[in-house]
Amino acid sequence: MLNKINFSRIFLFLILGLFVFYYITPLYVMIVTSLKSMNEIREGNLFSLPSTINFDAWKIAWGGRGEGTSDTFLKPYFFNSLKITIPALIISTLLGAINGYALTKWKFKGANLIFLLFLFGTFIPYQAILLPMARTLGFLGISNSPIGLILVHSVYGLGFTTLFFRNYYVSISDEIVKAAKVDGAGFFKIFFTILLPISLPILVVTIIFQFTQIWNDFLFGVTFSFGEHAPIQVALNNMVLTSASVKYYNVDMAAAIMAALPTLVIYILAGNYFIKGLTAGSVKG
Amino acid sequence: MATLKIKNLEKKFNQTEVLKGINLEINDGDFLVLLGPSGCGKSTLLNTIAGLENSDNGEIIIDSQKVNDMEPSERDIAFVFQSYALYPAMNVEENIVFGLKQRKISKDKINESLNRIVELLKITELLKRKPAQLSGGQRQRVAMGRALVRDPKIFLFDEPLSNLDAKLRIEMRREIKKLHKNFKTTMVYVTHDQTEAMSLGTKIAIMNNGKIEQFDTPNNIYNKPNSIFVADFVGSPSMNFISGYIKKDENVISFFPDNEKQKSINLNLIKTKVNNSDEILLGIRPEHIFLKKEHAVRVTKDHNFAEIEVNPELHEYIGHEQIVTFNYYGQEILGKFSSSINIEIDKKMTLFVDLNSVSLFDKETKRRI
Repeated sequence: MLNKINFSRIFLFLILGLFVFYYITPLYVMIVTSLKSMNEIREGNLFSLPSTINFDAWKIAWGGRGEGTSDTFLKPYFFNSLKITIPALIISTLLGAINGYALTKWKFKGANLIFLLFLFGTFIPYQAILLPMARTLGFLGISNSPIGLILVHSVYGLGFTTLFFRNYYVSISDEIVKAAKVDGAGFFKIFFTILLPISLPILVVTIIFQFTQIWNDFLFGVTFSFGEHAPIQVALNNMVLTSASVKYYNVDMAAAIMAALPTLVIYILAGNYFIKGLTAGSVKG
Repeated sequence: MATLKIKNLEKKFNQTEVLKGINLEINDGDFLVLLGPSGCGKSTLLNTIAGLENSDNGEIIIDSQKVNDMEPSERDIAFVFQSYALYPAMNVEENIVFGLKQRKISKDKINESLNRIVELLKITELLKRKPAQLSGGQRQRVAMGRALVRDPKIFLFDEPLSNLDAKLRIEMRREIKKLHKNFKTTMVYVTHDQTEAMSLGTKIAIMNNGKIEQFDTPNNIYNKPNSIFVADFVGSPSMNFISGYIKKDENVISFFPDNEKQKSINLNLIKTKVNNSDEILLGIRPEHIFLKKEHAVRVTKDHNFAEIEVNPELHEYIGHEQIVTFNYYGQEILGKFSSSINIEIDKKMTLFVDLNSVSLFDKETKRRI
């Protein structure tokens, strides 16, 4: 019996170790490559550690070569992405929270149907809304601007954020809201002073989800913006796919890591809450 | 301090009628208990009084003012919920004064009211705690404090004790009773627990299926139930119902139980109108059955008691008393006696029934005769 358990344990860890290796290898290659010089990359082994640690590639990826050339570097686009992501994140999260609150605590006729439509909205693929959205942005005069992308991401994210908050608030006792009504608080007062302060777990889930979605978006970015207004993922693509003579693998790798870093940071900072929030609804009685 | 009047109140959820014409009237300082089985509409009625749900028809009048179209906060009521409904993110003090702050009352007055309540409920050391750090009994206290601090016209309670354990429930019940005695505020209290209803209420409304079966004092509810439903719902063990018919010749009114032609119960002294061959149910509470004739002679007024022959079948010991099941011509009768008395099972015996305390019900209409 004991042997059997030990064997299956060993087997389990072996498999897990294999998967860890499988997932960590690309990251490892990216990091070591970004720290090597081009000569070392050409001559050396893909997996070998850099002989000297060299941040030149990172500097170039972030700020360019400084020769006034036309090459792309990430710095301005990184801030473009922040300018789009943060407002879109706040708008879609806040509206989703208010939707979820209204759909559960101020039930009106047709509330379930409206929730169903939001749910349906989460199944609409990106590609399906490209053309209508392009027309809309053109009509509003905000195509190729951060505002346009903020609108697109806010609207597209609303289905998800509403779903998250609705499912969270459904598990919270209606009597709390009734008590607040008797105490004389109104719709927004109840939301901001009573429900929002106990929504931290689901707020974190929504923020991680929306941040990742918006930051990592490429399709909306490439469709609705170009040139200096492009978000970081589009810039990264332009940078890596230039048909210039030489391929700077170290710069490409450094740029890719930079583009991925904010989501990684958010996960590490709030990941613990993410797990808790995902299961909170099911555990609460 | 207020009167409450409810006129012909009706309420539907989709197609289901939840309240079917409720009429109630209570005076200033009354403690009204809405008692009934689950799903009878008592909580809906309370929510409608509070304004948390709308009625489809009828009027709710507090102190001669119609409040149907007023917001819950404008009705000057306080509500204590079953789950206590404390605001989780606020500490006890913030919970208690939230309603006052909403009403833009001055800071000094808020502090004054808070201090009064804190002293009254002895919760000083809890003020800075969050609801999650309180025990069930403490949460209950805070919920009461939140209601009391506003000094409203009417208090509404929705099964406030049902989440507490048995011992605490009896303690809190006494505290609510004390509060009512001291403040004399009008209260409406929903419960499915008849002991709570009997001990707290000055008036009880028994509800069944969206209607009020009987609206009366606890004493009348218990001793003069209007219908079989009320008689059966109140009392533990509940009232015995003996099925039979009336035989009336000349001046003798007799009750014959089903399956028995010879031995009858003489109902001459009962002042009710019954006709010959009426089919009725004779309702006897288990504590109105005696084992000894001397006992019956001593207790019953005008010696108005009947002797019935029964066969003891089952014996349940419950501490200070025992419940014995007898067979009376094929019908079951339960009696409640002191547990010191020894009753031999399956040995025919005679019981003495206090006829002053019996209730007669029409078999068809199920109403009291």
